[in-house]
Amino acid sequence: MHEQQTTSSDNVMLHKLDKRLIWSGFKQLVPLSFFVIAFGAAFGLAATQAGVDGNMAIIMSTLVFAGASQFAALDLWAADIPLFTLMITVFAINARHLLMGATLYPWLTLLSQRQRYSVMLVVSDANWAMSMQAFSLKKPGFGILLGGGLALWLFWVMGTWLGIYFGNAFSNPERFGLDMVMGCFLLTMVVNGEKNLRMLFIWTVAAVGSLLAYRFLPENSHIVVGALAGGLAGLTWGYQGHAR
Amino acid sequence: MLVDTAGIGTLWVIMVMAVVTLATRWGGVLIMSFIPIGYRVRQFIHAMSGAVLVAILAPMAVNGDNGARLALLTTAVTALVIKKPLPAIAAGILMAALYRQL
Repeated sequence: MHEQQTTSSDNVMLHKLDKRLIWSGFKQLVPLSFFVIAFGAAFGLAATQAGVDGNMAIIMSTLVFAGASQFAALDLWAADIPLFTLMITVFAINARHLLMGATLYPWLTLLSQRQRYSVMLVVSDANWAMSMQAFSLKKPGFGILLGGGLALWLFWVMGTWLGIYFGNAFSNPERFGLDMVMGCFLLTMVVNGEKNLRMLFIWTVAAVGSLLAYRFLPENSHIVVGALAGGLAGLTWGYQGHAR
Repeated sequence: MLVDTAGIGTLWVIMVMAVVTLATRWGGVLIMSFIPIGYRVRQFIHAMSGAVLVAILAPMAVNGDNGARLALLTTAVTALVIKKPLPAIAAGILMAALYRQL
């Protein structure tokens, strides 16, 4: 009984979401803006090259806001697009959002329905990872999720626009290492996150699962497979949960 | 089913992509609202939140070029030593860029 009460009073602070926290979350993601703009510009250029109308590319970045799946759509782009293949591809690449929603759920449940689904509109890799890190340090995380998500979204659309009109400067993002931005960012989240024997075991299972799926299962299934394998591995090993 | 990408067709394709993506952003939350959150579920979720990151990174490191590997290695070491994410990311990208100029 007593434990229940401490839990809920802790969580009241953790799920706080106000203008100040959203603005602070926005600012925390601004340092990543250069990279996101460059990546967005690479998309804008690639879209033009694939024959997508400039305005349509901007609309796509605005409404879809999921880089990897947008690049994949360009691969399928032709005079006639196989719609079902496109849907499967987009779903598979973005299926990790499902897991992100699930991992945020213990805190999301403290928000109202409307707030809950509103903050999830802008969830993506970087702001999700940072908000999870905030929660694990017992700091409020939804300002980072929403404010940071808005920042990423804004820079992604701006970048797309830049790429369409000033594209040639971004014709070869790999050459400048820009394809590694998200990977390096997420890696810092792993390295600076929780480190113990249990996590090491989970990481190993996730890595092996992901690599096996990458090798043997249909394309784009590896993230979901690896993450679920890691989740199952976690069930075999007790932990001192944050909200217990 | 094939969709013509001339004119309004493109907008259709974009709408479909947007709806599918939104379904992934909302779906996890929706599914969880039917699952009672007990210790086992928390344990699973907690493990999965670290596992997602590793599942994204592992194929990048194993199947990427040496530039990608060097970038990740540099970032990991820098992040461990100085504990600040941005310099670590910058160092990693710089290493990939330098390596690929060779």
